[in-house]
Amino acid sequence: MTDTVTPGVAQRRELIAFRIGDQEFCVDIMSVREIRGWAPATPLPRTPSFVKGVINLRGAVLPIIDLGARLGLTTSEPTARHVIMVVHIGERTIGLLVDAVSDIINMSDDLVQPTPDVASDQVKTFVKGLFALEGRMVSLIALDRVLPETEAEAA
Amino acid sequence: MDPFESIKATFFQECDELLTDMESGLLAMEAGDDDSETINAVFRAVHSVKGGAGAFGLEELIRFAHIFETVLDEMRSDRLHLTDEVAKVLLRASDVLADHVAAARSAGSVDEGRTLGMIADLQGLIDQERAAELGLDGDGADDAADEDFGFVPIVLSLDEPAAEAPEVDLAALMAAAAEPADAAPQAATATPAWLVTFRPKAEMYAKANETALVLRELARLGEVEVVVDTTAVPPLDQLSAEQAYLSWTIRLLGPATESDVREVFEFVEDDCELTVRREGEAEAPSASLQAADDAESDASASAVEAAAAAPLDLDALLARVQGAPSPEAATPAPEPAPEPVQDAPKADPANMGVAGLIALAEQASLDHVQAAAPPKAEAKTDPKADARAERASAGGTATAATPTIRVDLDRVDRLINAVGELVIQQAMLSQRVFESGLARSSDVALGLEDLELLTREIQDSVMAIRAQPVKSVFQRMPRLVREVADMVGKKVRLVMDGENTEVDKTVIERLSDPITHMLRNASDHGLETPEEREAGGKGVEGVVRLAALHRGGRIVIEVQDDGRGINRPRVRGIAVTKGLIAEDAVLSDDEIDNLIFLPGFSTADVVSDISGRGVGMDVVKRSIQALGGRISITSEPGKGSKFSMSLPLTLAVLDGMVVSAADQTLVAPLSNIVESLTPRAEDVHLVGGRDAVIRIRDTFVPLIDVGMALGFRDEPLPPASGVAVLVESEGGGKAALLVEAIQGQRQVVIKSLEANYQHIHGVAAATILGDGRVALILDVDALVTTSRRKAPRIEKRMAV
Repeated sequence: MTDTVTPGVAQRRELIAFRIGDQEFCVDIMSVREIRGWAPATPLPRTPSFVKGVINLRGAVLPIIDLGARLGLTTSEPTARHVIMVVHIGERTIGLLVDAVSDIINMSDDLVQPTPDVASDQVKTFVKGLFALEGRMVSLIALDRVLPETEAEAA
Repeated sequence: MDPFESIKATFFQECDELLTDMESGLLAMEAGDDDSETINAVFRAVHSVKGGAGAFGLEELIRFAHIFETVLDEMRSDRLHLTDEVAKVLLRASDVLADHVAAARSAGSVDEGRTLGMIADLQGLIDQERAAELGLDGDGADDAADEDFGFVPIVLSLDEPAAEAPEVDLAALMAAAAEPADAAPQAATATPAWLVTFRPKAEMYAKANETALVLRELARLGEVEVVVDTTAVPPLDQLSAEQAYLSWTIRLLGPATESDVREVFEFVEDDCELTVRREGEAEAPSASLQAADDAESDASASAVEAAAAAPLDLDALLARVQGAPSPEAATPAPEPAPEPVQDAPKADPANMGVAGLIALAEQASLDHVQAAAPPKAEAKTDPKADARAERASAGGTATAATPTIRVDLDRVDRLINAVGELVIQQAMLSQRVFESGLARSSDVALGLEDLELLTREIQDSVMAIRAQPVKSVFQRMPRLVREVADMVGKKVRLVMDGENTEVDKTVIERLSDPITHMLRNASDHGLETPEEREAGGKGVEGVVRLAALHRGGRIVIEVQDDGRGINRPRVRGIAVTKGLIAEDAVLSDDEIDNLIFLPGFSTADVVSDISGRGVGMDVVKRSIQALGGRISITSEPGKGSKFSMSLPLTLAVLDGMVVSAADQTLVAPLSNIVESLTPRAEDVHLVGGRDAVIRIRDTFVPLIDVGMALGFRDEPLPPASGVAVLVESEGGGKAALLVEAIQGQRQVVIKSLEANYQHIHGVAAATILGDGRVALILDVDALVTTSRRKAPRIEKRMAV
């Protein structure tokens, strides 16, 4: 994984920062394949509400995860101004629905602080760490947790 | 991958092809084809396997291949004649060889007992005397491997420090020194030794041949003395690493014939200077040597030409080189041949083929000690002319094979994906242009039409790339049938038809299991025992026919036997006992035959090792239906049964019915659909709370509201306002799917949901429609069984 934090070695890395509501998050730029505008997705049956459905990305069927809903934030129906970040998670490629992409950050790993204990379980699951940037707080997303757990076959 | 491993992987790939060639050759021989070209082809295949195995040090494989090859060589030289018995032994030997290859590949082991038994059978084909001569008696083969050439060390003065010139030569010397030097005491015959001079050219090393391997191979023929000639080595400052300076003189004792000796150099003969003569004999007249050289260079030239015409096919090239005349065939045997060679004078050299000529030459050299008769007229016929005729025929056979290249399947899949996307983009573009109000006759619209035709053509061609003949599956079947026949003590002849019928690779991979099962079934249950057949007035040997053909855009596989047919009263009885049908049900013969596909139907009293592995015909049917196929059976008591399965030509596209349910566009696979109808309110009845059934003619089937079943809507659709699509699930259950409308029938490209997401119950896959949006393909089986099991629905969700 490209976004593994190697202890002891302060690696520099580039991150893409984006907004959901009034919060700012980021992921490693190496895992982002492209950024595109929102297009209506085909809903999937029997899926959690944060799975918006699937879209056609040049012939591949791409699931869209509403990252805000996944993190437990309140979200509204997506509009054309919303953005899909196409990211690689392991072997898979998925689209993350976010409000807007805000920045590209160049920083070193040792500035990342572990998620404080005050956070809820949901936040701790998806947020790998926090750091301060020009007075703002940015949360580093753990991409590998974003996909839903494989559900039992007996739907 | 480690380069050595990757070469090894290539070797095993080639082995697969060689084994296939071998088996088809052997099957032709079993059918009575004793053409020398067929035998040669089989011999070459085994020989190449052995050669490759030698390079990787696969001792077990070499040992068996060597014995196999020797027997084939006996046939090639007409000392062993093709009979039914011989063909059967050879076929079984080919199975064992395949086992050896498989074992070598997986670094596993082979059934030692079976191998030894097979070796004994092979040896049994050759009469004892001859076997002894060939070193095949008992563990002779082992001894041959242990024998070695004597090694005369060379002393190098420091003034000429060049001796360790080309590294391969050094390796050869080392190898020679490393071998154990227990000289076999077998050479004490009156036969003069062979004197072989071997002067490799740089090209030989450039092609990765090694002197050490050649000499080691030569040492298997008898006791050898090897002397290296270093006189050509230049002073160090003039030494070029890429040149070959060393040459060898080998004195070989033992019963080897000239062709044995030449064969060792078979792969390098074009890249070296080679002379083979009896010790004490003058060098062959230069004129005849010249002829041989000419013939040789002609042969290589023709091979090169052929190679240019058929690029990259190394195997074909090798086959051609081997098929081209060997020098000894073209050289008039320098020593006069004796008269009493029986068949030879009758044989017309022009028609005898290489094998015949080799045999002649061998015969001549074997007998030359006792005889000094005048040269035979036949042997004097212009050898070059014969050689050319032979080469022409060999070349003709070889060029008949279409040139091929190996391509990584991933690349083809990527291309197919890209073309699928192109098709969709093209459809979207057409739609947009049409919507923009451009006239149909406008240049843009006309151009788009051409584009559409072109796109379809590209799509068809690309799909054809992945299409493969079903041969790759069929070729495994003769062995299966042989084994089953042996196990159940029946005589079975497998006849195969339409092996070249092409079908997409995705389908090919999944054909093997159902075919295997049906063939087992046909051999085990379908056919009677030899005694029963005889009593029934049939031939003792049962015939099972496996055929493939194209019909209506699908591939049809048929498995037919001429056995006893289906015992309808018993099948019916079993079905009643198992509660599959009512006791008083009125069934046509056809319906009774098809009962065997019902889940839970297994004719228990005929369960055997072979077909009764708890896998019934229902499993076969299900796996075929999972591929979008159908299976049916026709049977005539006493005359046999025929299973036909029809499958789509590809799993990459699917014929589907596009429907809409709860504002979503969905695709139902056409292979599941029986009919569609508009339900009348009075035909729909509620059973219990919300579960509905619909009466279609006289039967009630569950009515499944697709929108609700998938959780796209909470309230059921009033049946009368929708359309019911009657489907048959893979398990055989029927149901009616209630949808809002049918949009039409379309061929869609199948896209996996699992690739980027995960499996969703009720959805088989996804596809992309002409408008660029994703549509889901229904998993009819899952929908029907879910409705049956009344599984609780998890998390419902409204459409966005």
